[in-house]
Amino acid sequence: MQIASMHFKANAHVKLNDAGLQRNLGKIKTKFVEKRRLSLFELDDFEGTRDAARAIRQRALDNLDTWLGIFERNATARGATVLFAETPAEVNTLLLEIAAKHAVKKIIKSKSMVSEESALDHAIEAAGLTVVETDLGEYILQINDYEPPSHLIGPALHKSKEEVALLFHEKHGTPLKSGIDELCLEARGVLRGHYLSADMGISGGNFFVAETGSVVLVTNEGNATLTTTLPKVHVAISGIEKIVPTLEDVATLMRLLPRSATGQSISNYVDVLTGSKGAGEFHGAEHMYFIIVDSGRSVVLGSDVSEALRCIRCGACMNHCPVYQNIGGHSYGWVYPGPIGSILTPMYIGLKNALDLPHASTMCNQCGVVCPVRIPLPDLQRKLREKEFEGNLRPWYESAALKAWSFVAKRPALYAALSGIGVRVLRSMAGADGLIHKLPLAGGWTDERDMPAPAGRTFRALYRERRKVAAR
Amino acid sequence: MRVGFFVTCLVDLMRPSIGFAALKLLEAGGAEVYVPDAQTCCGQPAYNSGDRADAVALARKVVAEFEDCDYLVAPSGSCSGMIRTHYGELLADDPAMAGRVGKLTAKTFELTNFLVNVLKVQSVPGTFAGKVTYHDSCAGLREMGIKAQPRALLARMPGIQLAEMAECEMCCGFGGTFSVKFGEISSRLADNKCQAIANARVDAVVLGDLGCMLNIEGRLRRRGDTTTKVLHIAEVLAGEVG
Repeated sequence: MQIASMHFKANAHVKLNDAGLQRNLGKIKTKFVEKRRLSLFELDDFEGTRDAARAIRQRALDNLDTWLGIFERNATARGATVLFAETPAEVNTLLLEIAAKHAVKKIIKSKSMVSEESALDHAIEAAGLTVVETDLGEYILQINDYEPPSHLIGPALHKSKEEVALLFHEKHGTPLKSGIDELCLEARGVLRGHYLSADMGISGGNFFVAETGSVVLVTNEGNATLTTTLPKVHVAISGIEKIVPTLEDVATLMRLLPRSATGQSISNYVDVLTGSKGAGEFHGAEHMYFIIVDSGRSVVLGSDVSEALRCIRCGACMNHCPVYQNIGGHSYGWVYPGPIGSILTPMYIGLKNALDLPHASTMCNQCGVVCPVRIPLPDLQRKLREKEFEGNLRPWYESAALKAWSFVAKRPALYAALSGIGVRVLRSMAGADGLIHKLPLAGGWTDERDMPAPAGRTFRALYRERRKVAAR
Repeated sequence: MRVGFFVTCLVDLMRPSIGFAALKLLEAGGAEVYVPDAQTCCGQPAYNSGDRADAVALARKVVAEFEDCDYLVAPSGSCSGMIRTHYGELLADDPAMAGRVGKLTAKTFELTNFLVNVLKVQSVPGTFAGKVTYHDSCAGLREMGIKAQPRALLARMPGIQLAEMAECEMCCGFGGTFSVKFGEISSRLADNKCQAIANARVDAVVLGDLGCMLNIEGRLRRRGDTTTKVLHIAEVLAGEVG
């Protein structure tokens, strides 16, 4: 996917002033936040379940190579082929090789964010093959000239149903519809034919289960089931970090994933796909492949932000993020938006290509308290801020101001002298209303806010005076 | 009981009256208050901006200044949260701080929590006639567990009426340097908060952190609201505002 993360601030400016988008973003609170909150009451011990989920994911990461080896052995024993891709480009190469081997002409796809990292759909089309997205949100984006997704689980969340209706009317040449049910039926009608005529189905993978060599898919539309079982070839693509040791582990994680994501007790469909279709078996693809993707993940694993790899892609962090709620996912400029994206994006595409992202947070930690696997998201963002600071990647004036403040704060006598002058100067800049309306070098603050002026004397100075009076 | 009062740099520079109100509350609650006179900043601006070395230096300074007290109390969830939840990690590699930092973090309290759970105050000096709403600051709420304490204290004041606004736990958009670096986003978040305050139809919004206070007041006034007061919980409880 094209990288636009360096334009975060400009993108956010556009989104903040897009009235239609602002209306659509309102859905986040009713569709996700409130439903999640209510669904958690079903769990006897949410915090205890979070602890267990965290431990499961961390156990997998702590010995990732071992679990991947076990997965590979078990998946291979069930007739699947396990391939590893080191880079995004390799994902595309491997996929096209598989397609060529099986003379594939048409590919259907259920949702895969990992495939967005390598712009797989474009590579497939460039090779002269056809690809059709079958997740409704992804399908909407595909027929809208491959608009990028704006949310992990609701890729077209930024669109209203009216926009989708108009899009279908234009692209399908059908009469304009208005109801969501009608629109879903129309998409279903278009997609049905593709399921039957495709030679290959590509899916993502919510979990790879080491003990069975299975891939687990968590969906609501049923498209993943059709995508992975009707065509003769199934390719599951996901990251190396998606390994979990056992099916029992999946059961625990599934108590949290749908609830954290959409507030559902369980998603409409949970597919556990193991191996290729054996002799006498009725369901499944004849040929099953796994493309297990590194693309920067092993670097993350060895870094001080490795906890980000525990992520199970529920989207709760972005749903609850005040910044995301107000600017939407496109502002972040790459595949993964919101708080988790502010860590993964710089790690996967390079910190210097996403300098704003680790800073694009008020550190309110709403993300951290909702994360089902207890990723300390603000702490990890701070780690990346440290890397930027150490690497001199911040604007000089920002670093200089910060250094100056710390220099003074470390020297109490200097602090006393300068703060005494500073508060007087600021006080003198205020109007009769006690407000500073324009502050040089801090336009970020005063463009849309006033700055309440300081009282004019510092606490320390006043306190010293009081002590002297009392001592007399 | 010797209570070290960490005034915080924002109170020191912007609103010294809040510091004196906090002193009044602590003394009324029976604490012997000590104010280290060389105190400055907890190091959070450096810490959250990635300048770890300066954050470490300032953390060491705070530990040295307050470790002889029985408690460290600050009129801020953000600064007390910085000390209590982050100093341990920040100073973990410093052998000179081993043992010392843990002792200080364990006895670091946000003001209202200290009044309710340590001093166990049964009454507060202030009175307030009017309807107020309480804004939960992020660090106070999510790092220090400040939620019931300020409300319990406000409830003990005669004449006050407490009304919850919608999304009282939602960030106001301050976020330290975020407020300047991403001023436009920050202002939008502040505006959302101001709208929630306006919808609650209160005489004052009460809160426990200077950052939120300046941010919310700054946006309220720019929106043209010149009447809704923005008050620190210490001032209200101490009866320093009308």
